[in-house]
Amino acid sequence: MTSLPLEIRSLNVAYHRKMVLWDADLKIRSGRTTAIVGPNGAGKSTLLKAALGLIPSASGEILFYGEPLKKVRSRVAYVPQRESVDWDFPVSARDVVAMGLYKKIGWCLPVRSRHRRMADEALADVGLAEFAGRQISQLSGGQQQRVFLARALAQKAELHLMDEPFASVDAATEQAILALLKRLKDQGGTVVCVHHDLDTVAEYFDDVILLNMRVVAQGPASEVLTPENLRKTYGARLTLLDEAVVDLSRPGAPREP
Amino acid sequence: MMWSELDTWIVITGALTAMACAVPGVFLLLNKQSMLGDAISHAVLPGLAIGFLVSGTRDTFPMLLGAALAGVFTGVVSGMIERRGRVEAGASLGVVFCSLFALGLILIRLAADHVDLDPGCVLYGSLELAVIDSASVPRIAWQSGAILVLNLILAGFFFKELQLAAFDPRFAKASGIPAGWLQQGLTVITALTTVVAFESVGSILVIAMLIVPGATAMLLSRSVAGVLLWSLAVALCSAVIGHLSAISIGPVFLSLLTGHGNLGSLSSAGMMAVCAGLIFFTIFALAHLAQRLFSRVKEHSVTPQA
Amino acid sequence: MDSFWRVLLLQDHNTRVVLAGACLFGAAAGLAGTFLLLRKRSLLGDTLGHATLPGITFAFLMAESFGFSPRSFPWLALGATISGVTGMGAVLMIRKLSRLKDDAALAIVLSVFFGAGIAMLSAIQQLPGGQAAGLERLIYGNPASMTASDAWFVLAASLIVAVVCGCLLKEFTLLCFDEAYAITAGWPVRSLDALLMGLVVLVTIVGLQTVGILLVVALLVIPPAAARFWSDELRTVSLFAAAVGGISAVVGVLSSALLPGLPTGALIVLSAALFFGISFLLGKKRGLLMRYFVEREAARRLQREHVLRAIFECAEGADPVVSIDALLAKRPWKKSQLASEVGLLADEGLLTTDPGGSSVQLNGRGDIEARRLVRNHRLWEIYLLTHADVAPSRVDRDADLIEHVLDPRLVQELEDILDDKARERLVPSNPEKVQP
Repeated sequence: MTSLPLEIRSLNVAYHRKMVLWDADLKIRSGRTTAIVGPNGAGKSTLLKAALGLIPSASGEILFYGEPLKKVRSRVAYVPQRESVDWDFPVSARDVVAMGLYKKIGWCLPVRSRHRRMADEALADVGLAEFAGRQISQLSGGQQQRVFLARALAQKAELHLMDEPFASVDAATEQAILALLKRLKDQGGTVVCVHHDLDTVAEYFDDVILLNMRVVAQGPASEVLTPENLRKTYGARLTLLDEAVVDLSRPGAPREP
Repeated sequence: MMWSELDTWIVITGALTAMACAVPGVFLLLNKQSMLGDAISHAVLPGLAIGFLVSGTRDTFPMLLGAALAGVFTGVVSGMIERRGRVEAGASLGVVFCSLFALGLILIRLAADHVDLDPGCVLYGSLELAVIDSASVPRIAWQSGAILVLNLILAGFFFKELQLAAFDPRFAKASGIPAGWLQQGLTVITALTTVVAFESVGSILVIAMLIVPGATAMLLSRSVAGVLLWSLAVALCSAVIGHLSAISIGPVFLSLLTGHGNLGSLSSAGMMAVCAGLIFFTIFALAHLAQRLFSRVKEHSVTPQA
Repeated sequence: MDSFWRVLLLQDHNTRVVLAGACLFGAAAGLAGTFLLLRKRSLLGDTLGHATLPGITFAFLMAESFGFSPRSFPWLALGATISGVTGMGAVLMIRKLSRLKDDAALAIVLSVFFGAGIAMLSAIQQLPGGQAAGLERLIYGNPASMTASDAWFVLAASLIVAVVCGCLLKEFTLLCFDEAYAITAGWPVRSLDALLMGLVVLVTIVGLQTVGILLVVALLVIPPAAARFWSDELRTVSLFAAAVGGISAVVGVLSSALLPGLPTGALIVLSAALFFGISFLLGKKRGLLMRYFVEREAARRLQREHVLRAIFECAEGADPVVSIDALLAKRPWKKSQLASEVGLLADEGLLTTDPGGSSVQLNGRGDIEARRLVRNHRLWEIYLLTHADVAPSRVDRDADLIEHVLDPRLVQELEDILDDKARERLVPSNPEKVQP
């Protein structure tokens, strides 16, 4: 069997003295889109960051395509949360997207017009062709998010790890991201997103990982999103009303017109 | 080692100054404005120079006034550059205090004919000379004592407001506490303390005593009141140990290291800063060790869970 | 007067050396400082400068044991480098291993290291022969003491800074902009960071002679901060910063040659501060004046839009001649304000006023413009209602055309809603008339 894009075994992460992740085990299947869902503070973003080695993990094994990240970096792309960078930085949207190509360009060599063209293509793919030259603070929140996506796209990776790409974006951006996810999947890529919205998760993603410090359940969305699993994840906070919402959002369930 | 009455006064003055600095320092630290102390101690230089030029004397009052104005100027202008020019906080502070310090150096040189003010003295101070005084209690000692009492009273009076303004300035503002004015007040107090202290211990000890005791105390206590008390203790210890080592083991140690025979006693202010640093690093190392030990114990108790 | 021309025409060999050295240092500092600024570590330069003092004084004291002259610059620079790097390491360690914030770590290391330096300086001052004077020039800076070999050292260091920054422009950009991404993309972020900090150390050491320990941070911070007001593009910012640094150094050195007795380092910093002040006010991208004009223009456009909309809405389905009083009732504006705005619109050729000035009427062009504005405004209102969750971040009433901001499909949707609403209304005074 070919190795999975991402496999994590008993990952433990602690911030100072507080445990954030407990023996997290998960497998990401190739060619599918997966959402990591859970309540606030459940360690969703931490999971991604620890997997990518951005924060140290106390113990556990993390394999990308059966190897440690170091060996397969070029196959993995990361889309950080929008808040993580300083948007006043003096670069244009095109410059940011070109950052996805830096590794390919190599040490010390400058960004050439051919690379700028590639960046422009990636920008066009997320519907921002006309904004290429703008300084990034002059873009709206959703557009900034799409610039990040375009950067990951330009990197031409196989596995994309995205931290809350749908957080407070407008409808146009949401559509653009969805179209992008679909395209990545059609090209044989694998996508993992931290996602916060239970209502849309079944509609947007193939697989779901329910996380609350530990992995509660993982697998195809329709199998995982059961009221019982959700109660295990969200505890008493999930009211009957939310369960109704969950039922409705499952594929095949009757939906309001 | 010879201990004289002067040494006693050096220790007393140093300790009073150090403790006077530690009080506003704790709040600067909580406000994440530690470098403001550094900035002000550089920026008061033109204020002092102008105070001298205008009054023509080394009286305390014009000096205090000039320095307080320079301190407020630093706070206000760097805040303006940060907001209106969207320059990062540290950089805007850097721009302002560097420019003011340069201006101060030039003004002092221009005023050299009128007043005797040595920039070196402002920076390093000379505790050893300042305590030589005909009065039974050196002027510098009771000045430092007065500013310590003033700072303690103000800190006690506005304790909860300062605490809230440091923790959550927006909430403080919304609930009617003028966080902005408290901020300015803190700046003024820092500037005043700096000026009173600079004459005795120099601006470097001021920076050290503003921040290092507070930072050490932060490692020891988690309540603001606790931090305040610990920082006073650390300030006191560094002053005492600092002077002791300046006249005893400091020079011996340095002689051994560098091969120079019979070095005289070292600058007390400098050694007080060094001792504060040594206390900080000792506690830092111990705290870190303890934390590691603790987390290892905890890990053992957690992992068996499936 | 004679000396003035001698200085200006660079007739002294010594002046030329000093000028070249100072200028190169200024440029290198501006270049390295740009990345320091973007990494939000400007004040690290300050700590670094102060942290070199114990190294310098210790090296000075050690010199005899090793048989060096205590004034030999390379030997002192070695000491400065070692203690500067140690200080930087201490900052990083405190930040990493404790709850203390950046600013506290910087202040602690700065004051403790400088205190140690002062303690040793006090020992040096007691040495016979008044040798401490040689150290003064490193504390306050005195480029005039620069020799030809020192200038070569500065030249070499500046070249290294320029070449490394030039070669690693994109790597440093990535490091400063998005460190997390750089790590995941496999860049050796730590080494890059160390290299960048190494450049800053190099600049600091070089700057000891020019502006001195206390003010070396000034040339790392002020020129880049000034340059940022002029451009949104990193390459331009860094080149501009280098230019500001170099020019300030030249201006400072020349003016100190003309005004003997004033400290050169301070004059260099003041010239840089002057550049900063000018940029802060007049900068092309972010200067105060520029922003003032932009804001005033926006206010003026809004005012114009208000008047046009008010006239249009008053005239909608009624008499196309609208009285000024009706307009005054529409909004809380002053009569004079309205009158001047109406005058401006008349000059633009969008409306005609009656001879008495008591009423106005939109002409053909004015009607088209007003329709466009009203339509955009109503579409935005509907957008706010239908997309309340995300709308606030997107609504940009100032944008002339809604299509520039929103997706065309979305605009179509909004227009459909607008049409529906128009049909629902009973009174004919509705946007149906707006449709051409």
